[in-house]
Amino acid sequence: MPLLEILTYPDPGLKRASKVMDTFDDQLREFITLLERTMRAGPGGVGIAAPQVGRFERIAIVDVSAKKKVTSHGRLVLINPQITHWEGTVVGREGCMSVPDYTGNVIRAETITVQAFDENGGQHEYQCTGYEARAIQHEVDHLDGLLFLDRLVSHKNDLFRRKKYK
Amino acid sequence: MASWYMVTLIGKDQPGIVSRITAELFKGGCNLGEASMIRLGVNFTIMLMAEFNGSAQALTTLMTPVTNELGLHLHLDSIDGKLHQHETMDVSITVYGADRAGIVADVTKELAQAGLNILELESSVGGTEEKPIYIMQIDGHATQGVALIEKAVEVIKKSGIDVGLNITDVMIG
Repeated sequence: MPLLEILTYPDPGLKRASKVMDTFDDQLREFITLLERTMRAGPGGVGIAAPQVGRFERIAIVDVSAKKKVTSHGRLVLINPQITHWEGTVVGREGCMSVPDYTGNVIRAETITVQAFDENGGQHEYQCTGYEARAIQHEVDHLDGLLFLDRLVSHKNDLFRRKKYK
Repeated sequence: MASWYMVTLIGKDQPGIVSRITAELFKGGCNLGEASMIRLGVNFTIMLMAEFNGSAQALTTLMTPVTNELGLHLHLDSIDGKLHQHETMDVSITVYGADRAGIVADVTKELAQAGLNILELESSVGGTEEKPIYIMQIDGHATQGVALIEKAVEVIKKSGIDVGLNITDVMIG
């Protein structure tokens, strides 16, 4: 089965918001199999969202379990994901299969609660932290037509210089 | 055929330098590549890659009126363009302490021996004139693995320099 073609910026599709899914059928599950294969074929890819392959539906996959010392829920299929709670902030380095040869610093919530459906229509709620929470926020952004480029911060944000008060 | 040049400009800082310089380069037919501008002390400094269909002499002639007007010193080098070959950082190191001669040399010697390829380095002198403090941030690639960098950081700490290491696992989504 061939891999799906990844859209790369400045493809306008990457700035487009995706629509909510209401059907959970074999066609969807077949697409998810292909999407996951495409994610795993990418170097170091731990997440992918349907709009990255030109399908503008709220479908994402995240699996950070291959990373050492990272807490995770394993393979997560996230359909119509909704982040319902954010806590803390942390700066981390991100890249994207849709933005080759560039990485940048992004502030994300440290801990999130996300509700989503799986490929069979089952409802789930996950508490995620750190690297996994970052990956989910990155993929949910894709579903809203946002790239990590929209959220870049200077690495100087790690170390704030104090203002002088007279 | 167009060639790549590294354009280095240094002078007293004032608002509008980047705008004036890049406008002249654009009007003269240059295509800009990557650039790094920073104010060091009260000095404006920039290095930018420019692709230009002409000789270094022709590029100097193009830029001289504006650099003279802005009081900037111009230096040009012929370079390989070679964009799209970024090395990914995997460690970030922060160093700070009472300012003294030799901090950069001491720290970077240990890190170089541990295989660090420095991709970005920025440092500032903060604090007051009476009690200056030195702050340095280094992003780099641990070519021989992160464990060696961790050991080097411990050696630097023992020498009395405050140093922090942040291992960066880039999230690719």
